[in-house]
Amino acid sequence: MPSLNRATAGAYALIGAVMLLLAGGFAWAAGWIGPGRINGGDVTAALEYNTGKKQPGYRRAHAKGLCFSGSFMADGAGSALSVASVFKTGSYPVIGRFSLAGGNPLAGDGRNVFHSMAFVLRAPDGQEWRLAMDHTPIFPVADVASFIALQRATKPDPKTGKPDPAVMKPFLEAHPEVKAFQAFMMQAVLPNSFANATYYSINAFRFTDAGGTTHLVRWQFEPEAPLAGLDKKRLDQLPRDYLFQEMIARTAKAPSRWHLKLVVANPGDVTDKATVAWTGPHRMIDAGTLAIDAVQSEETGACRDLNFDPTILPPGIAPSDDQLLAGRSKAYSSSFTRRAQEGPHPSAVGQDLARENAR
Amino acid sequence: MSRQSQDFHPALRAIHWLMVAMVFTMLFIGVGMVSTVGPAYLTLLGLHRPLGIAILVLVLIRLPLRLATGAPALPEDLPLLEKRIVWASHLLLYLTLFALPLIGWGMLSAGGYPVRVTHDFTLPPILPHDLGIYAFLRTAHTIVAVLFFVLILAHLAAALMHGLIRRDGVLRSMTIGHRPVATPEEPEAPDGPADETGEEPAS
Repeated sequence: MPSLNRATAGAYALIGAVMLLLAGGFAWAAGWIGPGRINGGDVTAALEYNTGKKQPGYRRAHAKGLCFSGSFMADGAGSALSVASVFKTGSYPVIGRFSLAGGNPLAGDGRNVFHSMAFVLRAPDGQEWRLAMDHTPIFPVADVASFIALQRATKPDPKTGKPDPAVMKPFLEAHPEVKAFQAFMMQAVLPNSFANATYYSINAFRFTDAGGTTHLVRWQFEPEAPLAGLDKKRLDQLPRDYLFQEMIARTAKAPSRWHLKLVVANPGDVTDKATVAWTGPHRMIDAGTLAIDAVQSEETGACRDLNFDPTILPPGIAPSDDQLLAGRSKAYSSSFTRRAQEGPHPSAVGQDLARENAR
Repeated sequence: MSRQSQDFHPALRAIHWLMVAMVFTMLFIGVGMVSTVGPAYLTLLGLHRPLGIAILVLVLIRLPLRLATGAPALPEDLPLLEKRIVWASHLLLYLTLFALPLIGWGMLSAGGYPVRVTHDFTLPPILPHDLGIYAFLRTAHTIVAVLFFVLILAHLAAALMHGLIRRDGVLRSMTIGHRPVATPEEPEAPDGPADETGEEPAS
């Protein structure tokens, strides 16, 4: 054994320093030490706080849902903007999910929340596009920190069922961008069906065409069914699963259709913030028709175990510089992992079906 | 398998150091990306998958190369227990180099995700879409990665002990290699004649 002379001591010190540096660097990269960092768990925690309690086994947001299947018939026009295979003329299978915002999987449908549609679009060559859309053209906040603050500020007071004004007021003062969304929700028709709502991409995305030119694009699925609204004054009188049962009954009679409109940004349009609407005339391309011809409960459908991460995109579509997209991707992933670890739980529609079958 | 030379095969040394850079980058990217909801998340995720598959491909080349070319004998004065620890730790390092990318690939398969390596290249799933399997593998991916980092630190500390304290040629065998050995009469001669036997000079 070498004696512990000065050189050996120096060598030990050097080895110790290397170990400390690497371990410290690793801990810093992981966010275990150093300045605080918002992670996916912070988002799921804020959503659980807003919901009032943790709902194990369910999505932390948009917990109440209904699976659907159908197809997207591309008319080829979308190829002018993107090389993605699903824009080439043809029919592509769709597996998706309708949902309502909020973390309570058994909440009543009579809430002034937005309707959402998410689906996976697959091309025969293996390309996959996951879309997660709301019936609002804009989002209340532009970044994840603000989203967490929004969830905390809008937690319903158990006594009134509404957010606590003492919390809401300072939040709105700090986040004036939320006013545009509030104004929209105030005047917007609350669709009386999932089938007659227009669903928007929320964020902008970067499309690349065959010539390599990029286009910043938002899109919307416009329904063929005429829009009619719920009576906002009598929302609390609706049966718990009114919208879901309406969609089940409607789909049993006929498929529902939407047209995919690709909206190309004008110079000057805000493309990195989902809080700002694009106004005035825009170049719009009708890229095809989505037809939903079957719906299933989450227990029997194929949608429950999918994460509709809007950053899972085919070649020819990429995220824009909107930082909310990374936040959505990470938060969805954290929610997905949590519910996977907790195991599946019954859906509201599944409960209804079980009750009917028991009769 | 033992090896006549005092050093690892030059190709194996090259692949070792290439993988050192890749694995360190990978581990830092891995813990870094899951720690943030910021724009770095998507950037790091975009690097994580191709790097992981590249590591899997490299270890598929490296293991046969290692088995074919062998390892130089450990110093004779190393206690038997330490020799066994060396053997076990190297086995674990190789196992983990295979396991981590495969767990990652399997985890994405079981989660119903497309296993997209690059924007244009997607791997097929290797497991059925099953959230129970996904949940298990997702947890395993983190735990194995952190244990792997600890194992690598121990491996590095041991290598530095050999190189700086024991000075027994073990570190050299995976780095610059042994100089052509001088004759015992001229131990300091920088340009001593090469010893074709490759044995340690008598001391």
